[in-house]
Amino acid sequence: MNIISISKREDLPQKKEWLIRALAVALSIVCAGLVIRILGYNPLQVIPSMVSGAVGTEIRLQQTILKAIPLVVTSLGILVAFKMKFWNIGGEGQIIMGALGASYVALNIEGLPKFATLILMMIAAMILGGFWAFIPAFFKAKMGVNETIFTLMLNYIAIKFVTYLQYGPWKSPDSQGFPKVATFSNNAILPKLFGIHIGWIIALVLVVLVHLFINHTKKGYEITVVGESQETARYAGMNISQIIIVATLISGGLCGLTGMIQASAVEKTLSATLSGGYGFTAIITAWFARLNAIAVLFVCIAFAILLQGGAYIQISMQIPASVADMIQGIILFFVLGSEFFLQYRVNINRKRLNAKEVA
Amino acid sequence: MRKFLAIFLVLALALTTMVGCGGGAEGENGGGNVSEEDVTTIGFLYIGPVTDGGYNQAQHQGTKAVEEHFGGKVKILYAENVSEEKQAVKTNAINMIDNGADIIIATSFGHMDGMEELAEEYQDKYFLHFSGYKMNDTNFGNYFGAMEEARYLSGIVAGMMTETNKLGYVAAYPYTEVLIGINSFYLGAKSVNPDVTMNVVYINSWGDAALEQSAAESLLAMGCDVLTQHADTSAAQLAAEDAGCYAVGYNMDNSKVAPGSFLTAPIWHHEAYLIPTIEKMIAGEYVPESYYGTMADGYLGLAPLTDLVPEEVKAKVEEVKAQILAGDFPIFVGPLNDNQGNEVVADGDALLTRDEIWSMEFILEGITAIE
Repeated sequence: MNIISISKREDLPQKKEWLIRALAVALSIVCAGLVIRILGYNPLQVIPSMVSGAVGTEIRLQQTILKAIPLVVTSLGILVAFKMKFWNIGGEGQIIMGALGASYVALNIEGLPKFATLILMMIAAMILGGFWAFIPAFFKAKMGVNETIFTLMLNYIAIKFVTYLQYGPWKSPDSQGFPKVATFSNNAILPKLFGIHIGWIIALVLVVLVHLFINHTKKGYEITVVGESQETARYAGMNISQIIIVATLISGGLCGLTGMIQASAVEKTLSATLSGGYGFTAIITAWFARLNAIAVLFVCIAFAILLQGGAYIQISMQIPASVADMIQGIILFFVLGSEFFLQYRVNINRKRLNAKEVA
Repeated sequence: MRKFLAIFLVLALALTTMVGCGGGAEGENGGGNVSEEDVTTIGFLYIGPVTDGGYNQAQHQGTKAVEEHFGGKVKILYAENVSEEKQAVKTNAINMIDNGADIIIATSFGHMDGMEELAEEYQDKYFLHFSGYKMNDTNFGNYFGAMEEARYLSGIVAGMMTETNKLGYVAAYPYTEVLIGINSFYLGAKSVNPDVTMNVVYINSWGDAALEQSAAESLLAMGCDVLTQHADTSAAQLAAEDAGCYAVGYNMDNSKVAPGSFLTAPIWHHEAYLIPTIEKMIAGEYVPESYYGTMADGYLGLAPLTDLVPEEVKAKVEEVKAQILAGDFPIFVGPLNDNQGNEVVADGDALLTRDEIWSMEFILEGITAIE
C-alpha cells in the first residue's frame, strides 16, 4: 500500500464543500496578490479594482454581460454533448460555421421583415453548426471513430474555410482590397433591450430549456444513460446511434447559435476570428458547472467577470495584458483544482508512515 | 476542523504582510497641481505590443510625445493587442471612457468599424482613427499621410545599394495602402536603377514576427539582397542582418536593433498631427477632417541614413528630398504599366491627388507578388 492514496469521495457534507471552495478562492487571491506584489503593483488596488471593473457601474456590468452571453450559449451546447461523454472539442468550428450560415442569410436574402430575417439566420446557424457536429457524431456512431480529435480538427477546417471566403469570394468590394466581409444591413442585427443586445434573453431562455430537456424529457434521460454506460443503454433497448446523433446535433446547433449572435449583434459581419476562443473556454465553464444547465449560468457570469475585470484593470491601472491574464490563470488554477478535492479524498496512510519511522 | 483553522490563520498572516508592503503606491493620480477637471484623458488603442520594434512602438512614441507636450494637462491610457474585432475595439474603448477618457484614438485600419459605432454611441466624446476612411461631421475624424513620398526616397537607397538587382518586400495585405507603398518604393529604386526587379510576399497579417521572418527568409532565398517591409515588427531587418544583406525598415529608426543591415526607414511623426489636433479638441474647436500629412508638413520623413550608406547615395536622396519638400515632385508619373501588361498611367499623365492615388489596385511591371 502506498503512503498516499486517492479515493473517490462519496458523501461530502455541503458545508465542507463550500468551505473548500471558499478556501480555494481565498488561496488564489493571496497567490495572485503575491505575484502582483512581486511585479511591482499594489494587490490591494488591483484585485478590488478587477471586481469593481466588472460590476461597479452600469456600463461595466453591460460589458460583463456581453461577454457572458456567448459563453452561456456555447457552454449549454458543450454540456449536452459532455452529458453523453461525447467530447465535443469542436465548439470553435461550430460557432464559426453557425456564423457562416447566419451571414449567408444576412448578406443574400433581402426583402424579408426583420423578425423573419433574424429567425432565418438563427435556423441557418443552427443547421450549419449542427451539421459540423453531425459529421464526427456520424462516424462515432457508425464506426466508433474518436470524436475528440475529429471535432478538434474540424475547427481548423471551419476557420480556414471562412478565411478563404473572407479573402476570396465574400470579400467586400467596398473594402479597397482589405480582406473583410461586407457589414450586415440593419435588418440582420439583433435588437437591444436595456442597452444590451437580446442575446441575453436567448441565453436565459436556453438555460431553462436545456435544464428541462436534460432533466425532464425522455431524450434527455437517454442521453444521460448513454453517458453513464452504453451497456445499460443497450440492455434497456435504446437506439444508441440515434441518441448520439440527436445530442450532437443539439450541441452543435447551440454552438452555431452563438456564432449567429456574435455575427449579428457584435461584429455585424463574418470574420474568421469571430469565435474568440469561446468554444474552448466553454469547456472549462461547462465542466466547472458539473454539466448542470442552471449552474452554467452562474459559472459563466463569474467567468465573464474575470474577463471583463482583467480587461478593465489593463486600462484603469495600465497593467500589461500578460499580468491580467496571469491573474486569471492563477484564479482558475486554484478554483478548478479545488474541484479535485471535492470529488476525491487524499489519504495519507499514517500507520505505514509510523511503521517506517520505527524501522 | 483544526486543519482549516490553521490554513485560515496562515492566509490571514499572508494578507497582512501584503498590506504591510502595499503602502507606497497611493495617490498616484494626484501628481501636479492640476485639478481633476482640467485633465483631458486620452485613450490609445494599439493592435500589437508597444515594444514590437516597429509600428506600435512608433505609435507609442507619438503618444509619449503628446504626453510630454501637454504635461499634467492630459492623462494617457493605452491598450495593447487590441484585435480588429469590433468586440475588442469596443470593450477597450468603453473601458477607457469609463475611466474618464474624452478622446479615443485607434491606430489600426481594422479598428475602423468599431470606432464608427462608438462615435455614434458616445456623441460627447471625440474619436480619431489612423489610416481609415470613415468619419462624421461632429466627433469622428481620421488621419494619415502621403507615405509614398518617404517610401520613394527609401526606394532610391535600396535601388542604389542592391547588387543582385532584386529587392524583397514583406507586405501585410494586398490592400490599397500597402499597394501604394510597394509601388512607390519600387519606383524610387527604379529611378536610380533601371534593371531592378522586386518580389513581394504577403503575410496576411499587419504584424507577426514569425510570419515576417519566414517571408523575409524566402525573399532572401530568391536572391533579394535588400529587403523592406510593410509589417509591424523588426523581423525582416533582423533576417537580412543574419544573411549579410541590407534592409530598409518602416515606422522606426532601427539602426540600433539591426546595425548590420539597417539603412533607413520611412517613419511617421504622429505627434506633429496629434498635438495641434488634441489642442483643438481640448478647446472644443475640433471639426472632423480627413487629414493627409506630407513630408513638407513634418508629419512623415526618413530616418537618418546609416553609415552603411555611401555618400553618393545620401546626396541623391537629399536632392530628391528637396524636390519633394518643394512640392513639385509627383511620385506616380506615366507611362506606367501594371504587371499584367496593362497601361495604368498614360504617358504625360500622373496620379496627383489623394483620391487618384488611393484608387490604386495594381502592382507595377517589374514586381512579382506572392499571395
